[in-house]
Amino acid sequence: MRSQLVAGLRTFLVCTVLLGLAYPIAITAMAQLAFADHADGSLVERDGQVIGSRLLGQAFDGAEWFHPRPSASGYDALASGATNLGPTNPDLLAAVEESAVAYREENGLDPGAAVPVDAVTSSGSGLDPHISAANARLQAPRVAEARGLTVQTVLGLVEDHTDPQALGFLGEEGVHVLELNLALDELTS
Amino acid sequence: MTADAWAQLALLVVLLGVSIPVLGTYLARVYSDAHTTLVDDASEPVGPSGAGAAPGDRIFLPVERALYRLSGIDPTAEQRWTTYARSVLAFSVVSVLGLYLLQRIQGALPLNPNELTAVAPATAFNTATSFVTNTNWQSYSGESTMSYLTQMGGLAVQNFVSAAVGLAVAVALMRGLVRRRSGTLGNFWVDLTRGLVRVLLPISIAGALVFVSLGMIQNVNSNVEAVGLAGAPVAVPGGPLASQEAIKQLGTNGGGFFNANAAHPFSNPSGLSNLLSIYLLLVIPFSLTYTFGRFTKDRRQGFAVLGAMVVLWLGSALAAMTFESDGNPQFDRYGVTQQADDGVVGGNLEGKEIRFGSPASGLYAASTTGTSTGAVNSAHDSFTPAGGAVSLVNMMLGEVSPGGVGAGLYGVLVFALFAVFIAGLMVGRTPEYLGKKVQGTEIKLATIFILVPSVLILCFASVAVLLPTAASSILKPGPHGLSEIVYAYTSAANNNGSAFGGLTASTDWYDTTLGVTMLAGRFLPIVAVLAIAGSLARKQRVPVGPGTFPTNTPLFAGLLTGVIVIIVGLTYFPVVALGPIVEQLSL
Repeated sequence: MRSQLVAGLRTFLVCTVLLGLAYPIAITAMAQLAFADHADGSLVERDGQVIGSRLLGQAFDGAEWFHPRPSASGYDALASGATNLGPTNPDLLAAVEESAVAYREENGLDPGAAVPVDAVTSSGSGLDPHISAANARLQAPRVAEARGLTVQTVLGLVEDHTDPQALGFLGEEGVHVLELNLALDELTS
Repeated sequence: MTADAWAQLALLVVLLGVSIPVLGTYLARVYSDAHTTLVDDASEPVGPSGAGAAPGDRIFLPVERALYRLSGIDPTAEQRWTTYARSVLAFSVVSVLGLYLLQRIQGALPLNPNELTAVAPATAFNTATSFVTNTNWQSYSGESTMSYLTQMGGLAVQNFVSAAVGLAVAVALMRGLVRRRSGTLGNFWVDLTRGLVRVLLPISIAGALVFVSLGMIQNVNSNVEAVGLAGAPVAVPGGPLASQEAIKQLGTNGGGFFNANAAHPFSNPSGLSNLLSIYLLLVIPFSLTYTFGRFTKDRRQGFAVLGAMVVLWLGSALAAMTFESDGNPQFDRYGVTQQADDGVVGGNLEGKEIRFGSPASGLYAASTTGTSTGAVNSAHDSFTPAGGAVSLVNMMLGEVSPGGVGAGLYGVLVFALFAVFIAGLMVGRTPEYLGKKVQGTEIKLATIFILVPSVLILCFASVAVLLPTAASSILKPGPHGLSEIVYAYTSAANNNGSAFGGLTASTDWYDTTLGVTMLAGRFLPIVAVLAIAGSLARKQRVPVGPGTFPTNTPLFAGLLTGVIVIIVGLTYFPVVALGPIVEQLSL
């Protein structure tokens, strides 16, 4: 057993150097050369200032912004995660009901109006950068009014900032909230 | 399910179908040796150090020789099963201690730009066992606990080597089945090294670069702190992510760099990266059945095993995709639209990301629990009761649909021994598998293999339910609370690593008992498998006769599937009935 342990220790150390240092460092070097933007986090800048990452959702409050989905972490990128509430958990159902009521109120919908499911549920990461197109369309009149734009203009922007499905059929299409809000802000400021 | 969801599943099946023969043949050549030539032609060239000639020898052989020298290994030495098992255990003991130590002293080491301190002892023990056993259960939050050095120099290294250990054990069992009157099974250190150098490392390099091209991060910068568009502070985390993500999927490990695992937009930026992740985690387990066909010189032996795996995987994938696309009926009463329609992303979206949607989340969940990966792109705890049960039952099946890297194949071959045993009992003949008589020794060892996880799961879960300190970790008592606890022990015992995240598992009780469960659930079955391999290797081959039960037919694939489902169904039905089934019926 002793000789096996010695071989094990030496193999462990060799593997740590090869797979734990050489491999990730080589990948980092290649990634930084070929895809520096992605490798550094797809940073979004405005007037030379970093305002976040294209991939990570942000919190938006107030009538003039499109609102992202609810988030278990309040869009804190250093505490990613889901609510992990079970499907029959009363806390989950209360949160869904509350969100639905608040969503209708914010967006001037009838009390019984249908609400898209993404608007009242939290994502897996708490950092979902997208909302559904149906959700964005329901928010558009509110945003248009707050910014003094026509609904038509705002809906046009929604269209422009909708990410298509990968390869046309993988996953789902989604409206990119940060880019949409950025475009709105550039238009009105 | 939408047409797009079907197309997505079809694309995955085609990608796998094309890859299985290619990778399966390659794997067979990597692990071939002078004793196990793969073609009947005896003039098959035999390379140096006892290993057969394999593609890429010109590049790989010098690397391997250097590694053998550095590790002090004699690559020509053949090992009996006992020595092979001792090597596996010795390497794993060193790995657990090394990884524990690294976590405890990370605060004093470099590559820690976010200045994280030492990991707490119970968490460090749990994490060390978790990564060495290929489980990757996480009782910590990656972004706020593990330094970059711990992630890449500790956790990612175990992602590689634990997968290579699984491959090695599967290869040893295949050798046991095909060698005749042989006392030995090969050399663990050679099998480990060849798996790393020729399989896992090259595919991971390619995978990592593709992942970065799709948006994954790969840096060693500290987190970027900035002011967001609406004026609130935002953070952009950094880290050597893509290099780890590639082997995490390929090695069916599943441990996430971030707390949200593959739901995190950095870990899984798009629908395409999602599909590639699923492909990577399935490709080696499925391909090994083709390798098995090559080893036995009868491809149909491999297809029969593959058939059983595909039936179970496809069935669970379709079930999870459908249940999640149908949505959570409880939401209906609040006027929430879950029907996929123009602009509506449909299904039960609690805990799911828009860019994947419900069908791709269900497909991911079935694939990650059918293999022993345990990565998650959505919160399994928030799945519908029926959708969550798919994940739970997938793990209970013993991780054979198609199972972890290596672990899936050796698991399904143990079930195959049971299948021929049961068929033999029915006709009153001594059962044979691949010409080897299956006798008391093998069946006793196979029984140990099957019993270990179920004893661990049912005993620990029962105690946890009764123990107030353990039961208080449940988010909400009731059937779902029971599911959460059972899920945790099932995940640990079968080395999966996914979780119903509502259970607060970062307590000393769970860190310790789950750590013990992972160790026992990994290494007792491995020793049993190697003992079976050693026993079979010594036997002479019985010639095929009229009474031989053929194991290379669809009939056998059906029998094998039935044996897997029945053995597991009888063991776990009561607890599944009390958990997810009751919850589903209460909707």
